[in-house]
Amino acid sequence: MTTTNTIEKRYDFVYLFDVQDGNPNGDPDAGNMPRVDPETGMGLVTDVALKRKVRNFVQMTQEEAGYDIFIKERGVLNNLIDEAYDQEVVKAKSGADKIDQARQFMCKKYYDVRTFGAVMSTGKNAGQVRGPVQLTFSRSLDPIITLEHSITRMAVANEKDIKINESTGEKSYTENRTMGRKYTVPYALYRCHGFISAHFANDTGFTETDLEVFWQALINMFDHDHSAARGQMNARGLYVFEHDNKLGNAPAHKLFDLIKIEVNDASKPIRAFTDYTVSINEDGLPEGVKFDSKI
Amino acid sequence: MFCIEVWGDYALFTRPEMKVERVSYPVITPSACRAIFEAILWKPAIEWQIKKIEVLNPIKWLSVRRNEVGAKLSIRNAQSMMSGKGKGDYSIVIDDNRQQRASLLLKEVHYRIYADFKMTDQAGQADNRIKFEKMFERRAKKGQCFYQPYLGCREFSANFELIELEENNVPRNFDSEKELLVPIPDSQDLGYMLYDLDFSCVEDPQSMFFHAKMDKGVITIPDRSSSEVKR
Repeated sequence: MTTTNTIEKRYDFVYLFDVQDGNPNGDPDAGNMPRVDPETGMGLVTDVALKRKVRNFVQMTQEEAGYDIFIKERGVLNNLIDEAYDQEVVKAKSGADKIDQARQFMCKKYYDVRTFGAVMSTGKNAGQVRGPVQLTFSRSLDPIITLEHSITRMAVANEKDIKINESTGEKSYTENRTMGRKYTVPYALYRCHGFISAHFANDTGFTETDLEVFWQALINMFDHDHSAARGQMNARGLYVFEHDNKLGNAPAHKLFDLIKIEVNDASKPIRAFTDYTVSINEDGLPEGVKFDSKI
Repeated sequence: MFCIEVWGDYALFTRPEMKVERVSYPVITPSACRAIFEAILWKPAIEWQIKKIEVLNPIKWLSVRRNEVGAKLSIRNAQSMMSGKGKGDYSIVIDDNRQQRASLLLKEVHYRIYADFKMTDQAGQADNRIKFEKMFERRAKKGQCFYQPYLGCREFSANFELIELEENNVPRNFDSEKELLVPIPDSQDLGYMLYDLDFSCVEDPQSMFFHAKMDKGVITIPDRSSSEVKR
């Protein structure tokens, strides 16, 4: 089902995901160790880390026109060749109307521009597309423990490191095996808050169908993002509050407070999602807000 | 005069002189306050003026480094794509444009912000002050907003609550179970701080600054037109 209707309602959502024996988001400042708030020991996952996964999922699964991704992960060599061609393109005059047209065009073509927005280099103050979807940093529910693993590699990267073993005469003997490091979190459950503004959706043309794609991305994206570093990551909960109009019917923080996550047994280390109990106070739902648990 | 409390886990009010590796001001700026009020209600007919900021939580910092993209969407490429003359895809490849940048954020912030609005010359005949006063109060009370307000950057969303004021502009504590937070006891000279951008020339907005002083957690904001605001 494809609709061209932009969304008409405000949404707020709580997104839960967990990690087992993996590194959900490395910190470039700390040698790629999992991000930690040093004061509380809680783990962090940045908003951009999740947006990257949404983009990758959409790029991987959506083949229709209009679902291109503007910020791509892997280099395409053809682009570099095309850049030469680019020089010949007649420089279009930049009137305000033309910029606005270009903006509309980019929103139509690229899912991520339509969803998360983008900065356009117009040199003007208005050169910004603000997308309807706003994500926050995710935070773990309890302090995380980072394990550091030393790992070895049985091969070497450079030919000059290959030697002949003097005592046995063995050829292609490698003395210096490379040691590496890997960080994992044994288990952590993360909570992320998100907001979707119908007013901005109207501006970028973010439709009901796009919203459905976004929910699907959140539900399934970790299943398409497996790697050696990540371990096992799973989406565990997607709780959506739908207000019955564009402006909303209740403060977002009051809605988020309806979802409580508690540890069953605080005396034991937490190692699985079943060690938590998620309770949703549906009776406390304000008037005009619909609740939907998508996972 | 209107008063709201805003709070959030993180905030980043970037200093303009340190915006590559972003460093936050120690407190919210008047322009970020204005943006929060505007997220709740704004029409060309009104202009918000921030009057006072009360800092309710101690100032705490956190450093976060992220992989970022150092390129912007090019209008020229978009236009050539539109006309079909160029190639069909000018997307940004992050491997070629990656930059790692640190941000020095604020943590666990909580402010009480006082502001008022005045009517601009764009106000139509049907516009009057009472209408917007009621509209703002209604929205803020219900938690309604045009978009979720944020503390400097969109990933640091702000929770907000309307605080009702007594006649002398003192917050009214109508909830007997919850005590009204008091400003932190610190006094500090915060130096020159961004006041707002002057949009009178839309093509080239100019920054305005003021000398911010925190007196026992309270920062008084001069009027936009006052001589304390430097351009």
